[in-house]
Amino acid sequence: MGEAIVVTSGKGGVGKTTTSANLGTALALLGKKVCMVDTDIGLRNLDVVMGLENRIIYDLVDVAEGRCRLNQALVKDKRFDELYMLPAAQTKDKDSVTPEQVRNMILELKKEHDYVIIDCPAGIEHGFRNAIAGADRAIVVTTPENAAVRDADRVIGLLEQEKIPSKLIINRIRQNMMKNGDMLDIDEICQVLAVDLVGIVPDDEKVISAANTGEPTVMNPSSRAAIAYRNIARRILGDMVPLMLLDEKAGAFKRFRKFLGIG
Amino acid sequence: MTERQHIIIKGVKEGLVFLLDDKCEFATLLDELQYKLEKTHQQLLTGPLVHVQVKLGSRHITDDDKDRIKSVIKSQGNLMVQSVESDPPLIDSEQQKQPNLQVLTSIIRSGQTYEHDGDLLLIGDLNPGGTLLCTGDIYVLGALRGVAHAGIGGRTDVIIATSLMRPTQLRIADVISRPPEEWMTGDASMEFAFLSEGRMQIDKLAQLFRIRHNPIMFKGV
Repeated sequence: MGEAIVVTSGKGGVGKTTTSANLGTALALLGKKVCMVDTDIGLRNLDVVMGLENRIIYDLVDVAEGRCRLNQALVKDKRFDELYMLPAAQTKDKDSVTPEQVRNMILELKKEHDYVIIDCPAGIEHGFRNAIAGADRAIVVTTPENAAVRDADRVIGLLEQEKIPSKLIINRIRQNMMKNGDMLDIDEICQVLAVDLVGIVPDDEKVISAANTGEPTVMNPSSRAAIAYRNIARRILGDMVPLMLLDEKAGAFKRFRKFLGIG
Repeated sequence: MTERQHIIIKGVKEGLVFLLDDKCEFATLLDELQYKLEKTHQQLLTGPLVHVQVKLGSRHITDDDKDRIKSVIKSQGNLMVQSVESDPPLIDSEQQKQPNLQVLTSIIRSGQTYEHDGDLLLIGDLNPGGTLLCTGDIYVLGALRGVAHAGIGGRTDVIIATSLMRPTQLRIADVISRPPEEWMTGDASMEFAFLSEGRMQIDKLAQLFRIRHNPIMFKGV
């Protein structure tokens, strides 16, 4: 029996889908059997980020309405043998499935896979209820902005009510802004949200280009974000991995210049 | 008699005072009264006319019950009931109105509201977007970052005290204040908010005794 992890945030655009895609891929890289589920019905993105859009035949709503079996709707990844995706429908809306139906699907998927990663839509309405229905635990994604932290707090509160334990990923960290105090500090965010931090991901342009080419960032080991996602995947498996050092390789020369006051 | 005594009889200048226990059953009280007068304290009943004051403590009592006590005592020839007193109800309900302190161990997160009738001690944080509503005082053993409203019933003598004062908004009774436009919090020491002449004020928690002084009885001094 596997474990279902929902990736959620409340606020839109903080990187839920990117995180889902990368964590799913990273876990597959580590040899786990993974299925990703896109519950963002009507605005599906996970397939695009994964580069699997053109392989979709059936979707989650088809399964819910009994037009196909669950296994028929699963899209196998082109890079891994044991990475699957259950796409959302693009033409329906969130009300076309019930939390109960999603819960049954997740239960079914957990039998076959080590990890089921559920990509949650933004908001806390019906789509959110669907996404968390079958989840054993949650990963809450936030960025170092007040609005995102506020929404993350709201979502953590809702997850607590459903007795789903949550962990935190802080995404899109810009080290230089954080140093100058223009961005919320990691410690500050953790203090407010009071949940365990499972990883931090630096802001990286490669993430955008990777999403556009349909190749998850984790596949590219030269990207700092990729290393961060791989670390998070290892922490999910229970390994102890120290938090990434955010300092860009400053080098002795730069530090010397700074010392002289010209850096 | 192995039972606890519910009735104490005292002699005073004017006559006798019957102190009746206010916790036990009324029926027990009557029985015991009768028993004492008829069996154990007969020496009282011989002699001249004696005035009796009956004190019932904080017992709630109906007029019928008062008459019953009177008739039991009167049935002994030389006792005359002067008064039957009980001084409960007002003070009692006042005490019930006195806020009871509730301890809550939790984090109040964005979108969550907690309402309480009385004083509240929150062990944990109040996050931005979260709300605490209280008719009495609010004490937060943690960081206060959300909206705290003390004295929602209109009491203006209440306070909001916290380990870390970083509120979105503070309200006491119907006074609303927004930091930091109206006041700045000092360093990270414990502080409390209170109303002074209708305006919100913040001070160090150690100064609370200046506006609310509860004398303490020190033993052995």
